Amino acid sequence: MTHRLKNSLRRSVAALAFLTAGAALAQTTILNVSYDVSRELYKDINPAFSAAWKKQGGADIAVNQSHGGSSKQAGAVIGGLEADVITMNQSPDIDILVERGGLVAADWRKHFPHDATPYTTTSVFLVRKGNPKKIKDWDDLAKPGYQVIVPNPKTSGNGRYTYLAAWGYALEKTGSDAGAKDFVSKLFANVPVLDGGGRGATTTFTQRDVGDVLVTFENEAILIANELGGNQFDIVYPSLSIEAAAPVAVIQKIAAKRGTEKVAKAYLNFLFSPAGQENIAKHDFRPRDASVLKKHAAKYPSIRTFTVEQKLGGWAAVQKVHFADGGLYDQIILKK
Amino acid sequence: MSTAKSFRVLPGFKLTLGYTLGYMSLLILIPLSAVFLKTFELDWERFIEVVTAPQVVATYKLSFGASLLAAAINAVFGLLLAWALVRYSFPGKKLVDALVDLPFALPTAVAGIALTALYAKNGWIGQYLEPFGIKVAFTPVGVLVALVFIGLPFVVRTVQPILEDLDTELEEAAASLGAQRWQTFRHVILPILLPALLTGFALAFARAVGEYGSVIFIAGNLPYVSEITPLMIITRLEQYDYRGATAIASVMLIFSFILLLIINGLQAWTAKRTGRDR
Repeated sequence: MTHRLKNSLRRSVAALAFLTAGAALAQTTILNVSYDVSRELYKDINPAFSAAWKKQGGADIAVNQSHGGSSKQAGAVIGGLEADVITMNQSPDIDILVERGGLVAADWRKHFPHDATPYTTTSVFLVRKGNPKKIKDWDDLAKPGYQVIVPNPKTSGNGRYTYLAAWGYALEKTGSDAGAKDFVSKLFANVPVLDGGGRGATTTFTQRDVGDVLVTFENEAILIANELGGNQFDIVYPSLSIEAAAPVAVIQKIAAKRGTEKVAKAYLNFLFSPAGQENIAKHDFRPRDASVLKKHAAKYPSIRTFTVEQKLGGWAAVQKVHFADGGLYDQIILKK
Repeated sequence: MSTAKSFRVLPGFKLTLGYTLGYMSLLILIPLSAVFLKTFELDWERFIEVVTAPQVVATYKLSFGASLLAAAINAVFGLLLAWALVRYSFPGKKLVDALVDLPFALPTAVAGIALTALYAKNGWIGQYLEPFGIKVAFTPVGVLVALVFIGLPFVVRTVQPILEDLDTELEEAAASLGAQRWQTFRHVILPILLPALLTGFALAFARAVGEYGSVIFIAGNLPYVSEITPLMIITRLEQYDYRGATAIASVMLIFSFILLLIINGLQAWTAKRTGRDR
């Protein structure tokens, strides 16, 4: 009964989307559902792809974008949003589409190079100009008297990566989970504000003047240091951080229905092409293509990174051990 | 006999009632029952575990406590404001009157960002509070400030029309009978205003309990300190835990419903009492 209700709801939502899209239907469209801060990147990628696609003899194609908090976006797709491709900043948000309704193929990581991640970034520190508190590495963030701005790991991929980066660092340093837990507890005891997302944390740190250090993605840090912040901030690279790879996938069930499989696949492949990689570098993400990365090497100091798979047993384990109800993250904030 | 009994002066009773009930169901009852249905997918033990988790319980205290306090503050200052707007004329009165509705119209996120910018330690107001050790932004006090802001119009707009209808003759009569100003207020004006004031209080409270957009920017959202219950719901949604989210939502709904029921009962009681007094 509820299932039937859900299906008919889904159908009416789809019908509504179809009606509103009616005007644009003369040409083929695909919808890219993405996370919050990739807006500018895809604004550049989409016309570049359309031009390249046409050059190869394809039909006119328009790529529409939808942005929002990543889990919310994945939730919308589960709820019936007819998206052809999904581009996220952490793989759990694509895995959920495999789990719920089989919208994405289970082996989606194998459909594109580099485990279907066209670019990476990493968690770095942003400090006030001249680094008045002499912050060099994660150890400084866990010392008493330091204020650290981090978005909420429960609601933000950015915050989750920061938490895991600190955990990985402490794990390497102390050699034990207990030591890591202790270290990360101390670090989070220094957090005076937990914003819902990465941009909110940026505002708190840069506009509200709260905190000694902001831990955020490298691309966000470069953007603030070079453009938004008016030369009031410096970037500090810790000795070890986490590799945050941005995964992409074709939402096969929907693309098959809409007959857009081919163009959706070409669209995601374009991200791995030199032109796509160049756009990615323009927006301060680390491209996968070695020659493009080399060309922009000045922007990306070398930093030792680890992946969730290497050090923390993969996302499924991390979700269960750290972020589930009563998991390590809940225990850490309880200790305070 | 029976036809005479069901005869009504106003036609269209069945039609309007049917329409009202249908409309209510579509807009309110069906979405709310969906919340409860989703909650029932949890077994009882898990439900209790979710809704009584210490972190969640801490948010009930803040959400309901701050909402009640904010509604009480609004009842006092909203009444003052309504009084000033009705009884006195001053330059710019129309403007002030229009400003009262602003919290209704402003997107809550904008309100939240504006309040945070004002009360942060480098903000216009915050910079003067900082030396005294008073912190508003990113503390529970900030939550209260946001809730007072969004709740203000409810009290003003419910009390205002009653005050406008209130004859000054009543007060003059009280004064001529030797009543002090406070006595006049306490025994003549307040009883008449009380039902409307309680309505305004209830509306402001209900709005504050559910408020998310403005609070989230100013609260700081620290677990056990400045997290509100709607944030707990959002947190669960972000983790695809729809059942847990609806479980907390249903607890909130039940709490709010009980509180509103009490306030409405109180209102009916005062209305009846003052009606008899008159």
